[in-house]
Amino acid sequence: MELTFVIEKVVLVSVIFLITLGIAAYSTLAERKIAGYIQGRVGPHRAGPFGVFQPLADGGKMFFKEEIIPSQSNPFLFIAAPCLALLTASIGSAVIPWGQDVTIGDRVIQLQVANINVGILYIFGVVSLGVYGIMIAGWSSNNKYSLMGSVRAASQNISYEIAMGLSLIALLMVTQTLSMREIAEQQNGFWQNGWFSWNIFCQPIGFLVFIVCSFAECNRTPFDLPESENELVAGYHTEYSGFKLGAFLFSEYINMFVSSAVMSTLYFGGYNFPFMNDLGLSSNIIAVLGVLFLFAKIFFFIFFFMWIRWTVPRFRYDQLMNLGWKVLIPLSIANIVVTGIWITVKDLL
Amino acid sequence: MNLFYFVAFLSVFFSLLVIFSKNPVYSVLYLIVTFFTFSIHYILLNAQFLAIVNFIVYMGAILVLFLYVLMLLNLNKESEPMKSNLLKVVGVIAGLCLLLTVAGSLKLLHVSDPVLLKNPDIGLVRNLGKVLFKEFLLPFEVSSILLLSAMVGAVLLAKKDITKV
Repeated sequence: MELTFVIEKVVLVSVIFLITLGIAAYSTLAERKIAGYIQGRVGPHRAGPFGVFQPLADGGKMFFKEEIIPSQSNPFLFIAAPCLALLTASIGSAVIPWGQDVTIGDRVIQLQVANINVGILYIFGVVSLGVYGIMIAGWSSNNKYSLMGSVRAASQNISYEIAMGLSLIALLMVTQTLSMREIAEQQNGFWQNGWFSWNIFCQPIGFLVFIVCSFAECNRTPFDLPESENELVAGYHTEYSGFKLGAFLFSEYINMFVSSAVMSTLYFGGYNFPFMNDLGLSSNIIAVLGVLFLFAKIFFFIFFFMWIRWTVPRFRYDQLMNLGWKVLIPLSIANIVVTGIWITVKDLL
Repeated sequence: MNLFYFVAFLSVFFSLLVIFSKNPVYSVLYLIVTFFTFSIHYILLNAQFLAIVNFIVYMGAILVLFLYVLMLLNLNKESEPMKSNLLKVVGVIAGLCLLLTVAGSLKLLHVSDPVLLKNPDIGLVRNLGKVLFKEFLLPFEVSSILLLSAMVGAVLLAKKDITKV
């Protein structure tokens, strides 16, 4: 392995990690500002102009709070759980293509950490691991509210993973590949062969199922039953304080960022933007513009997550299970069948 | 090859910890790590699909359910059922018999040469799918019916009142 390749990947990983942390930190501020706007309030505005230093103040507060480890808990797992939650939240971004190839001199640099040809399945695997942090946290705290929160989280994640996987299968039937990079390349431009090239226009129902499931997988309202405060105190992180609590809250925002990136890549064209081939710009400039457009799409989805949170109230637990098993799974199976028929008919014509 | 021996050592080490740890929740957590090392083995064999399916199905789904059940049961030393010594002896003898059988049958097999695969890309999704859906279509479909029947059975058992069905 050549040295430049290693340096290139290390730089890419560090940049993506820093951007992830920055976006997650400022998502907390954005969430409070949006909540304030929706509820007719101002939101945080004391720390710096328009409250831009609020995330730093919050982070500092989390650091200096007392760390409490309950005496009846399992100390090793109690500390391991927030680490695991942060880890599984951040490794998902490894297979996301952030932009077209950039050429510097004779080197072609891929703006993707790992171009593996089972990219979608990797994302799916990381999503299914996400529940361990919550489960271990709930069990090791030795608190019945924590345990109930983590049990809810486990059953919710497993139920919604199935519908998520089924909605992805329909997408795979259209794209014929599992590689995130090829999927992004297929959605080049905006209009191709007499139809929109973005997958949302081929798979609207699949996208609907996918976005509902990603709300459930991120434990965001209206599916935040693992931490519903009016029944379970604070759910799985009841016993956590200080920076370990901060890690859980932070991993929720990282999850939101990564799943927004996945949705933009799979359904909304990734780094592609309309008229990208007609502008007559050099490929490097188009690559940079593409990265900016991808982030614009990601910010839109993060805003969408927050918009839903402050608009829709929380589901009841049986409603959640009914929606998952009796609505989303049959809907996504029907979507697979319709997609199959459509592909066959299109091939025959 | 050194990497293989290292990962193989980790697999054996963590599977021993599965058996020897007193706490059942720890056992399941070690089992998760063991399955993770299996995924690494599959990647070393260039079987990406198998690796990632092992990751999703075993680590992501089945062991979550194991952990779920154990957490709800909340097993600990006080509630552990006492096993008689006779049962322990019988267990050891049965395990050794199984080991003997496995070792004997492995000795009959000739060792395959992993470096000389006929087609090194056989583990990629496209090739695996073609083999499954062309050569082994019937066994594949039959095993899916087996899974379906197991699912129907589970639903039937979970029904509270069978007479109303």
